[in-house]
Parts: sequence; structure tokens; C-alpha cells
Amino acid sequence: MELLIQQVVAGIATGAIYACVALAVVMIYTAIGHLNFAQGEMAMFSTFIAWQLITWGVPYWVAFALTVAISFVGGVVIERLIFHPLANAPILSHVVLFIALLTILTSTAGFIWDFSIKTFPSPFGSAPLFGSSLISAHQAGMMGITLVLLIALFFFFRFTRVGLAMRAAADNPVSARLVGVRVSWMIALGWGMAAAIGAVAGMLVAPVVFLEPNMMLGILVYGFAGAVLGGLTSPGGAVLGGFLVGIIENLAGTFIPVIGGELKLTIALCIIVLVLVLKPGGLFGRATVQRV
Amino acid sequence: MSVQTENLETAAEHPALAADMVTKPFGRDRTIGIAIGVILFVAAIALPFVTKSFFVFQVTMVLIYAIAILGLNLLTGFNGQFSLGHAAFYAIGAYTAAILMDKAEISYVWTLPVAGIVCFAFGFVFGLPALRLEGIYLALATFALSVATPQILKLSPLEHWTGGVQGIVIMKPDAPFGLPLNQDQWLYFFTLIVTVLLFWLAHNLLKSRTGRAMMAIRDNPIASRSMGINNSIYKALTFGLSASYTGIAGALGAIVVQFVAPDSFTVILSIALLVGLVVGGVGWIPGAFFGGLFVLFVPNIAEQFSKGLSGAFYGIILMGLMFLMPAGVAGFIAMLRRKVLRHEG
Amino acid sequence: MNKLLEIKGLHAAYGQTRVLHGLDFEIEPGSVTTLLGANGAGKTTTLRAICGMVKRTGDILLNGQQINRNQTEDIVRLGVAHVPDGRGTFLRQTVEENLQLGAMARRDKAGIASDMELVYSYFPILKKRRTQIAGLLSGGEQQMLAVGRALMLRPKLMLLDEPSFGLAPMITREIFEIFRSLNRNEKVSMLLVEQNASLALELADHAYLLETGRVVFSGRAEAIREDESIRRAYLGY
Repeated sequence: MELLIQQVVAGIATGAIYACVALAVVMIYTAIGHLNFAQGEMAMFSTFIAWQLITWGVPYWVAFALTVAISFVGGVVIERLIFHPLANAPILSHVVLFIALLTILTSTAGFIWDFSIKTFPSPFGSAPLFGSSLISAHQAGMMGITLVLLIALFFFFRFTRVGLAMRAAADNPVSARLVGVRVSWMIALGWGMAAAIGAVAGMLVAPVVFLEPNMMLGILVYGFAGAVLGGLTSPGGAVLGGFLVGIIENLAGTFIPVIGGELKLTIALCIIVLVLVLKPGGLFGRATVQRV
Repeated sequence: MSVQTENLETAAEHPALAADMVTKPFGRDRTIGIAIGVILFVAAIALPFVTKSFFVFQVTMVLIYAIAILGLNLLTGFNGQFSLGHAAFYAIGAYTAAILMDKAEISYVWTLPVAGIVCFAFGFVFGLPALRLEGIYLALATFALSVATPQILKLSPLEHWTGGVQGIVIMKPDAPFGLPLNQDQWLYFFTLIVTVLLFWLAHNLLKSRTGRAMMAIRDNPIASRSMGINNSIYKALTFGLSASYTGIAGALGAIVVQFVAPDSFTVILSIALLVGLVVGGVGWIPGAFFGGLFVLFVPNIAEQFSKGLSGAFYGIILMGLMFLMPAGVAGFIAMLRRKVLRHEG
Repeated sequence: MNKLLEIKGLHAAYGQTRVLHGLDFEIEPGSVTTLLGANGAGKTTTLRAICGMVKRTGDILLNGQQINRNQTEDIVRLGVAHVPDGRGTFLRQTVEENLQLGAMARRDKAGIASDMELVYSYFPILKKRRTQIAGLLSGGEQQMLAVGRALMLRPKLMLLDEPSFGLAPMITREIFEIFRSLNRNEKVSMLLVEQNASLALELADHAYLLETGRVVFSGRAEAIREDESIRRAYLGY
């Protein structure tokens, strides 16, 4: 029993990472209606920028804020330069553009900062929280920031004009233009926000998994799993989904012999497929309502 | 650029026209097709005798990727289902061939149909839950499959068969019947024969009732159901068929490369196949060859620009291609043809 | 006299397919004008061309201002509200949010709030359902929502694309009554595209008859209503 509780708590701690990434995934899905396969790499690149700033002697929180701002602008620029001109191209062409973006970011990061593993500081320190070895101060801080982010997003989408305009642009772009919403800028804004959230996720994850150009590849898959589990349209669901994936991963690793240890990732993916098959909208997603 | 945007708008307004534009970029004029076919046939026969053996190997790999991409195209281009997981089927095909040759000492020729059948079964079974998934969700599930594959192949209980991380080394076959060909030349011709056969089969399948049913499901699943097509069966069968093609390509790949190991079949291979499909043209059979060329040669070209930044150059080339021809080579040819026609008429 | 909208030599095309071949017509301020014609005559395309949803050339003057190069969003901001075919509902947002979106181009909070009440007074059913997801509304309710959303702009000109489509005759009557009172009481000018010619001619002051992208006849609505030869030849009743 004690082992079970231990593993659940450890799962929540890892889950915080996935929750953070899942939130970024949902964010961009809401804005552009696509899964951004380059999202992990965008977050990685942002984290390197933060690392560089900190190495140059910029205080942590200043570097944090600067990185979020730079990432936001970067996201908008990527949308304007690369995706906006091909807005009418088939979906698969967009997927290919994501892939191109991904390889460019990984390769460039490796070229500038090389492929060696780097440590990344945590503003919360790595001491165990309340003397318990299960969860560190950093992991608790990470959960805290994720929750703050989630609440901020909720208020933004629910109660602001721009938030409503962004929802409308994603829901029915043609109609949105007909009420005067500048849809193409809403999409760019969505990219900027997703890049900024990704940057936060990257900076929170890096102290745990260490910084290197491929750091996000595996995590993004867990992030997708969390997002899908919670429902791709629900930010709150995504965060919860991320925590759930962390818990399931840890429990499977502990209690299922051999396979659990070696196939952690596979198990996470089986969850995705299972959820998708049984409940395509995810646990908390809104099913699309449409009259034929 | 402006012309292209215009095409895309036309395509958006008239899906039927768009499908015809992409699936038949040369129009319905057969003479061009036949002429190109004859030239290609002569070139294909002459090739291994006039080039270096490494180049012959590379072209063989292009053909193999083309088969794998065709498999993906059957699923995506003609049945409207996405997959980012075809490396898994490629791997299953490759391992089937390798294990059969290594453990059971079965001739390489017979590993191909076995790989095809095994992969068909896997594809069909995976296709059943996939029935309930659409678009981005299916992409995600297959992406997951592809990420899991190398891990499963490394699994310790399976090590006796798969050789674990080490993989399996297999022998290169000699030319049969005392033909005066070296091993690379023979494998090239062997692959060429298989390729022609598989493309011919795919072409005929798509012209048949079954093929029309597949495409009807892609274009309008509700209408196809009301025409009496059993969408579920067709979609699962198409998944099986697609996996089967890609699996045969994997088996051929194992024979030609003489080696299989888990890390050759990561998600990167799945992505490469998808990129090849899009670059060639979704829904256009010959596009697979352009895709194969891209998959094999473009990474090398990128590396020649810069060793350290080869990934970045690859990405830039890829983006450039998408800007130049958002609907792949197929869309590009269709556009050129329309330009010519407009000048004539 | 100043025209609200003047169209001269309007051409429009979907990619390679040309639909409008030099259309001329105009709308008086405060009037209801209707475009009539068979399927494929270019009625819907005309509305789309006015608000920049398709490629177009020719003159489009709104209150004397050339708008033929403006983006859709900017034309909306000039006071042109489009009730599109298919109703353009934001399916995943609530009814009230749909109405708020209609006022996206406005900044006057008080005015928006009072117009929201105005819309609810015309369509009480929308008030009852204001917190519901709009995708759950019936076809008729969605049509009312589309009209309501257009009104939230406080438009100078409303473009109405087949508002009767798919509605029961009773509900159609009701909505057309509301159009009439909106035109009289709120002084909203309207450009109406409608399959049901007799219904449209009852409401309209002026009518244009379109055939394959050209105006073939125009005149006062009453005159057309009473001209049997035209009715037989073009309107089929």
C-alpha cells in the first residue's frame, strides 16, 4: 500500500511535466486546429535561449520573462513567415512544414549550443519538499506554475474580447471574418501564445530532464497522450490528463513485470489509443456538435 | 506563386476537380504516359550496367522506399486515412524476412509474400480500432505506434528472435540461374521486378470496384455508406493492404541492406515516408517514385551544404519545396500542364 | 440623390470559373432590394463579392467610397452585415457569445448591451436559450441567431442570403415580418437574395433579375409583381 502511494505521488511529480506540455499542445490545437509536431522543439529552442541568457549572467526571473516574450514573438513570426502564406495548402502539407520546422530547430540548436547535455537551474531549488523524498521543491513549483497558467488561460478565453475572437476564429473562420474578426492575426496570436507556453514548459522541464536538442522528443509524446486523454479542446482536461499519464506510467513501471519497465512509453501510447477508441472526445473534451 | 494560390482556391471550391487534377496531372492523354513509360523502361534496364555499384544500391533503395510510400498512399491518398506509423509495418516486414532467413533458412524470395501476409494481418488488426479515429487522432495513434516500435523490438523476452539491440545480420543473395550479374545488380533487378508487379497491382486495384469504393469512402463516407459500401470492412482492409505493401518494402530493405536493428525503424522513418508521400503528391501513384528519390537523396544533399547544419538545410529544402509546390510533384505537373493548355487554347 | 451602394461592372470568379460578368445595380438608403434568379445565376456570389469573400473586379461604392479592394473584415467594419448561406453559426459558442461576436467591430459597450436587448426583443427564443451552445439550436433558431448577430453590428446594410432556406413556411413568414419591421423601425437597408420570389417581392422596394451573372431586368418590386410575362418567364409563378 505504501509503495502504491509512493508511486502515485512520484507519478504526480513526473505528471507535472506532461501536464505543462499538454497544456501547450491544447493551446495551439485550439488556435489552429492542428497538432503541432514541432512544438517540443520550439520549447527546446526557447529553453536554450533562457540558458544562454542565464549563462550571460541575467537573473533567472528576468531571463524567464525575456524568454517568454522572445518565444511569443518567435511564434508569431513563424506563423507569418511560414504557415500564413500556405494557409490554403492541404493539411498534409502543413504536417510536412511542421516536420521541416522541427529538423531546422533541432539542427540549429545543436549547431549553436552543441549536443552535450547541460544542466538548467531551478528557481525553486531541488531540495525535497517538507523533507519527503517523493516530491522535490522544483516539482511542487512546477505544478504551481502550471496551475497559475491554466487559470490565467481560462480567464483569458472566457472573459476577454480577444479570447472570444480567438475561439470564434477557430470555430468558424469564414463567419468570424464576417463579424470583423481578423482571423489570420488570431492564428498568429495563437502561435505566439503556444510558443510562450511551450517556453514555460521547457524551462520547467529542463531542470529535471536536462537540456539538449532532443530533450523534448519523448516528452512531447507524453504531452500528446495527456492532451488526448483530457480532450484536445479542454485546457483543464489536458493538465489533468498529463498528471494521469504520469501516474499510470509510474504504476505500470512498478507493478507490471518486465514489460512495465522496458515499455513505459508504449504503455503511455496504449492509453492514447484506448482512450481514442473508447471515448474519442477525451475524458473532458467537448464532443463536436453539428447538425447535418 | 499567385497561380498556385489560385489553383488551391479552385481545389477548395471544387473537390472533384481537385482530385482529378492531382490523380491525373497529365490529364487523360495516354500518349504522354506511354512515351514516358518507354523511356523509363529503357533507362531502368540499362542503369546497373552503366553506373557504379553504390549508385545501383541507392537506386534499389529508391525503389524500395517508393513501394513503402505507395503503401502509405493507398491508405492516405486513396482512402483518406492518415498514418505516421508506417515505420512499424516496414519494421515488421524487415524482421519477418530477417528472422525467416536467419532462423528458418528460408530463401529470400519467399520471405516477401510471408512478410506481406504478416503485415496485412497486423495492419488489419491495427486498422480495426483505427476505424473509430479520424484525421488528427488517427495520426496521433499511428505516431504512437511508431514511437513504440523500436522499444518493442528491443524487448528482452523477444531477444532470442530479434537479436535485441544488436539486430540480425543476413547474407546477400547471389544471382540465380547463373545470370552474369553481381549481387548488387541482381538485387536491383529483383527489386525492380517486385516494384513493377506491385505498382501494376495497385493500379489495377484502384481502377476496380474495390478501388472506387475506397475512394468513395475518402470523398464522402456518409454517401458511400448509403450506396451500400461497408465502410468498416473496406477501411480495415485498406489498412491491411497498405501495411502489406510497406511490409514487403521492409523485407526487401532488409535483404538489400543485409541488416536489421531496432533503431533503423524509429519514428524518423515514418516521418520520412510521409514526407515522401506529400512531396510526390498525395493520391498520385507515380508520385511514390519522386518521394523515394527525395527520401534517399535529399538528406545527402543537405549534408553536402554543411555537416553541422545538415538538418537545418534538409528542413529548408523541404519548406522550399512546399512553397514551390504545395500539392507535391503531382500538383506541380498539373499546374504546368494547365499553363501550357492555356497558351495553346 | 446619394446611393447607399453602387455596383458597376462587377466581375467575380471562383478560381477559373467565372460567375459574374459585369453586374450593375444600386441600392437606395433605407430600401429593401432583392436579387432574383434561378440557381447558378450568381446571386450568392454577388453578396460574397460585395464583402470580399471571392475575387472580384469592378466598382463597389459604399456611400460613394470605393471598397472593391478592401478585406472582408474591413468591409464589415464599414457597417455591412452579411447573413451568409448556411447561417454561419459559431457552433461551439453559446447563443449570447454568438451575439457578442456580431458586435466585434464595435467598441461602445452601452450601445452593444442595448442592442443585445433589442435583438432579444425581436427574438425572445434566443433570450431563453442564451446560455446554450449554438450548435444545439434548430435550423430556424440558428437563422434567427444569424439575423440577430448581423443586427449586433448596427449595420447600414444587411446582406441576406436565402433567409428562408430550410425553414417551415410559418417561421419564414415570421422572419420576413421581422425584416419588415427592422427596415421600418431601425432604418436598416437590405439586399435580399431569395429563392421564394413572391415572398421577396412582397418585402422589397426594388428588384433585379439575374441570369447567368448578368442583370436582365430591373424595376420596382410592385411593377415586377404585376407583370405577368416576367413572372412567367423568370420567376415561375
